[in-house]
This record gives sequence, C-alpha cells and structure tokens, in this order.
Amino acid sequence: MNHEFSGKRLQVSHSVSYAPRVPHFDLQPFTDGVVKNRDFLRSVFQSMLRARLLENKLSSLYKAGKIVGGVYLGRGQEAVSATLGTALIQGTDFFAPLIRDQAGRTAFGEPLIDCTRTYLGSAEGPMRGRDGNIHRGRPEKGMPAMISHLGAQVPVIAGMLFAKRLQGTLEGRVGATCIGDGATSTGAFHEGLNLAAVERLPMVVIVGNNQFAYSTPNDRQFACADLVERARGYGIGGFSVDGTDLLACASVIGEAVKRARSGGGPQLVVAQLLRLSGHGEHDDGSYVPSQLRSGHYGRDCVEIAMRQLVEHGLATANEILSWQEQFADEVQRAVAQAQQEAAPDPYLEEWSALSTVFPIPQHSAQ
Amino acid sequence: MVRAFHRFPNPSAQRPVSVTYIDAIRAAQETLLRTDPRVFLYGQDIATFGGAFKATKGLSEAFPNRVFDAPISEDAMIGLAVGAAIEGMRPIVEMQFADFSSIAFNQIVNQAATHFYRTGMPIPLTVRLPSGGTPGSGPFHSQSMEGIYAQYPGLIVLTPATVSDAYHMLIDGVGLDDPVIYCEHKFLYRWLKAKSINGDHLPIGQARIIRPGKHATVVAYSAMVHEAVRAADRLQQDGWEIEVVDLRSVKPLDLDTILASVARTGRLLALGEAFPWGGVTAEIVSRVSEEGFHLLDAPPQRLNARDTPVPYHPKLWAAHRPTPESICEALRKLLTF
Repeated sequence: MNHEFSGKRLQVSHSVSYAPRVPHFDLQPFTDGVVKNRDFLRSVFQSMLRARLLENKLSSLYKAGKIVGGVYLGRGQEAVSATLGTALIQGTDFFAPLIRDQAGRTAFGEPLIDCTRTYLGSAEGPMRGRDGNIHRGRPEKGMPAMISHLGAQVPVIAGMLFAKRLQGTLEGRVGATCIGDGATSTGAFHEGLNLAAVERLPMVVIVGNNQFAYSTPNDRQFACADLVERARGYGIGGFSVDGTDLLACASVIGEAVKRARSGGGPQLVVAQLLRLSGHGEHDDGSYVPSQLRSGHYGRDCVEIAMRQLVEHGLATANEILSWQEQFADEVQRAVAQAQQEAAPDPYLEEWSALSTVFPIPQHSAQ
Repeated sequence: MVRAFHRFPNPSAQRPVSVTYIDAIRAAQETLLRTDPRVFLYGQDIATFGGAFKATKGLSEAFPNRVFDAPISEDAMIGLAVGAAIEGMRPIVEMQFADFSSIAFNQIVNQAATHFYRTGMPIPLTVRLPSGGTPGSGPFHSQSMEGIYAQYPGLIVLTPATVSDAYHMLIDGVGLDDPVIYCEHKFLYRWLKAKSINGDHLPIGQARIIRPGKHATVVAYSAMVHEAVRAADRLQQDGWEIEVVDLRSVKPLDLDTILASVARTGRLLALGEAFPWGGVTAEIVSRVSEEGFHLLDAPPQRLNARDTPVPYHPKLWAAHRPTPESICEALRKLLTF
C-alpha cells in the first residue's frame, strides 16, 4: 500500500516516505456529534491497530533477543495517541511524541520502517544506530527526537512554534507533545508549560495518566485531585478524558487541538487510562493491583474502539479483519526489511558531534 | 536600525573611541540583529530593561519583536531555543549569570549538544554566560562553567579575553551551525577597554600569542589572560621573558599553538579561574604531557581557583582566584625547577 514497502530496497533514510496517510480533517463537527467524523475515526483506529500489531511484534522480537536495547510499548494508550496524531497535520504542525506514542507517530505519518530500523539497529534508520527505540525522530518533518529526560520536549515544541511566530507563519499551526503522569512532576514540564502560556502559543500537551510512573503510583506523584486542575494555575485550557474511549478521545482531543489552532492558547488534556504492559518489556508490571487491571481503565482501548466503530456503522467487522491482515503484513515487511539491513559500522562511523569542521580557515582581512 | 547602531562604535570607523568589553558584546548582537533575520535574543530582563549588565541596552527598541524577556525558567529558555533552532532560527540566549545555567544544563548538554550526532540536524544556538568572579558576588554569581560544558561532546566553548574577540567571536560563534557556549567575563565588562573593536580577526579555534617570551609559557583564557600578562610584566623586571597564550576558545583547543610555544620555552603553566578538579587546565597539561613530553624541561604546572565555593568577601575572593602574585610565585617555581 505504501511505497516504502514496494519491495525496492531503500539505501538512505532520507528516501523514506513521510507523507501523512490521511488528509487533514476538519475538526469543526466534533461538538455536534463525534460519530459523524467517519473518516477521522476510521483513520485513528487504523493507526491504533497498526501500532498495536507492530508493538506485539516488537514484544516478541524483544523476548527472542532480537532487539538492541529496551522496548517500551504504548499498549492501552493508543486511542489517545492516535487521536492526537491524526488531528495534527504533518507538514504544518509539530509533534513531539514520547515513550508510548507509537500510535501517534504512525498517525502523524512516521513510516513503520523508521520504528523497526531503530529498534533492530539498522544503520539506515533515522538515528543510524546512534540512538535507539523510542528516541527517534525526524525534526525536519516537525517531529523532534525525544531525549530521555521527561518534560524536556515541552519547551522544544514551544520553541518551534515561537520560531514560526517570528517568521510570520504561525497562523493555523499547532504543536503538541505527550507526557505521562510522572513527567508532570518535573521542572521542565512546569517551566515549559508556563512559558508556552506566557507566550500564548498554540500548543497541546496531553498527559496520559496511566496511574504509574514506572512503578510509582499517582499518590506518590502528586497531591491534587486531578492533574487537569493545574491548567487553571497556568492560565490555559484544561480537559479531562477517558483515554480508553476512542469516541471520547476524538471529541475532547479534537476540541483541544481546534482551540489551540484557532488562537485559544495552550491546552492541557489529561487522559485517564492504564498502561497494559510493563514500563518496558523487561518489566512485568506486577506492582499494578489486579482490581485496577480488571477495572474500568484496565479495558483495552483497541477493543473498545473496534466495538464503537462497528456499533456506529463506521466500519464493518470484515473491514477491520482485512485491515488487520493488511497491517500485519506491513509490520512483517518492515521487520523483515530492517532485519536484512546492515548494522552501523564503527570503522565507517563519523565520530564527530559537531557539524563544524575545525580548523576554520583564516578570515580575509576585515 | 542604522540609527541605533551608530550610537555605538562603527567597526569600519577608526575613531579613537573607548570601547569596553560589554560594548563589544552589545555591538555584536546589534550587528547580528541587523544583518541576520534568523537571530533573536531571549533572556531574563533583556528587553526594555536592557539586561542585568546592559548587554542588550536599546536593542528591543531598535529591533522590535527580536528581543524578548523570558520567564525565570532556564531549562525552558534553552528548550525554546532548541526548538526555534530546529525551525531555522539562530537564538542567542542570555543567562543572567553563568551560574544559573546549571538549571538549563539538561537542555544544553542532552538536547542541544546531542542533536547533531543523533539526528544529523545541527542546533545553531548561542548561550551567553556572564562568567567568572567579581568582588562581592559570592558563590552563586561568580562561577566559571567552561570546563563543564567543554566536557560534553557537541558544544563549542568560547572564552574571549579581548574587546575585539568579544565582538568577533560572538558574531562568528552565532554564524556556526553548532551550539556555542559563549563565556563572557563579568570582570572584563567595564574594566577592559580598547580604542576600537577592530583587532586581529582570528578564526574560532585558533589561539593567540598575546605576549611573546622564551623562558616559560602561560596558557590562559578569559580574564586570566590579563592576570598572566601582569605577572609576566613583573617577572620581566627580573629578566624573565614569559610567553602568554590566549586560548580564545577552550573547545576546540588549539593544541598546535600551545605545543609550539612549549617547544620554544620548555615550561608550561596552565592558568584558569575555574575550580581545580579537572577542567580546562587539567586538559591542557594532560595533552601537552601526552604529545609534548619531550619538549618539557620541567613538570607542567596548573594554577586554578581554590577547591571551595567562590567566597563573597572581596578579601577572600582575591585569595580564592589566581592573582598576579600567585601566578608569579607559580612561575618562579617553574622557572627555577
């Protein structure tokens, strides 16, 4: 379906297609009735499904010892992430994904091969073996590469938007980033969000409150009743949403993006959900109490979304099955291609952290 | 814009006007704002107020929407600059004091410094660090951070010691595509004067022999260059000819110039104002020992500040940092080894 999977062996990472899979959706009708947004919801779901199938494969590869480094999955957070990624316009908007945003990355237009190349250590991935797993990005495509220090991408997105304001091309743009409940405790989150509020930048920050920061529960992380209360303190818009409910996510996140895009300043969305895996695949998440797992937020957003699509006549069960087959095939191809590519070669590596070449020739006399 | 610029020395005019080190920093930013639409200034109190040291005085009026006050959020300030650089801008961020850049440390060393290696996209941002001690400034307004930043791959660390270098190295630094840590010494701001900002315009990465000699080499940078010259003047009365090398940039380090000087003198004193453990002077001694051991007639020496926080009281401060007296003492030991 996508030409990166046409069978032609890609030689350089720049040749990877990064076009968004879907056209931009007019988010206007969300307030009227979210189910009217048939194409949008189908597109969100497709990214959720692609991400889930890809991550299932990554998990298997990790257990088989085929992955270089750790694996960090977004299981249970796909509805939130994919909704945001779909509401953003690649080429216009900026998106700084975090650790559990495979679905959002896919929705924003990142090809699966970028993911598999990075996880499998191919020299041809966007990070060329220099960084791994979820630390990948394509800043030139509006998607900066995250660093591990949480909250650090909040001011970076603000800066990208700030640049567009200075260049006179901010109108109609949105910048977004996702973080977890744990990252809301960082100074970087506070500094970045406050700065974005001071500058009234069109920014959306989504907090995926998956109840645990690695193993630390909410009650050891913050003392307010709901993180969305913080929005008032920053003087920005605030929304809460059930992150396991695709229709709710589409409605609320769609509205937040719309408000930011139309001049409403920064928007904070707090999505309640549960991580359906460990922090990484090395972690069994045994610290999550079983009553939480079997409770409301323990439900699988992909299954819920599937039911919602069928129930509202947005997709048929057969269609979903065929998507599943198609995406599983895409995943298989992306894995196979990355697996046959060479690892980075330390002898060919350019061991320079600077683009400037020293010595600089003598200046001509002034 | 031209009107504002003419309030300050015009580099093309050879008028006998006294220019201070901070005038040069301000003039460089003015030149950059005038000539490069990608440049903007961001920092605490730098807009209407003109900055804590007046390094941006009048620039927000001369260049509307190019000079911005930042909240007291050093981490976010550098984060914003990284994002803006990704989108094609050339931000200059003023840290009110170098000491406060510790709050921005993560964004500088992990975000900005790693970006080119990780993604292939360089980050052309410049961080201005008002550095070094002045009497009565105390532990948190006196630090010299160049050694810490130089330790990290992906940063260029500049330490101008002259008025002309303050001007040209800021302009040249902003012109580089990589992140630049520009360490400007607060003690030099108004004390150091020159007739104009014209001087020999050396490329970044090249050290300068600021005073020739044949008996020993002092490698220094920033304000310590001037203390070294004072010490050399005193020793000259006793017949010693001390060569003083002004590093200009601590990273990259111009080892060729250092080794050539040591080859002439056979003796090395590495001089710095930062804390003594590790750092720039340790790097110089280490590299000269590795690559120029055969050139040395005496064990290479280091002289730094003391291994305590920078003290507040002027009497303690003056004894904490190297002085012409302590430099002379170190040199006499070196010369008579």
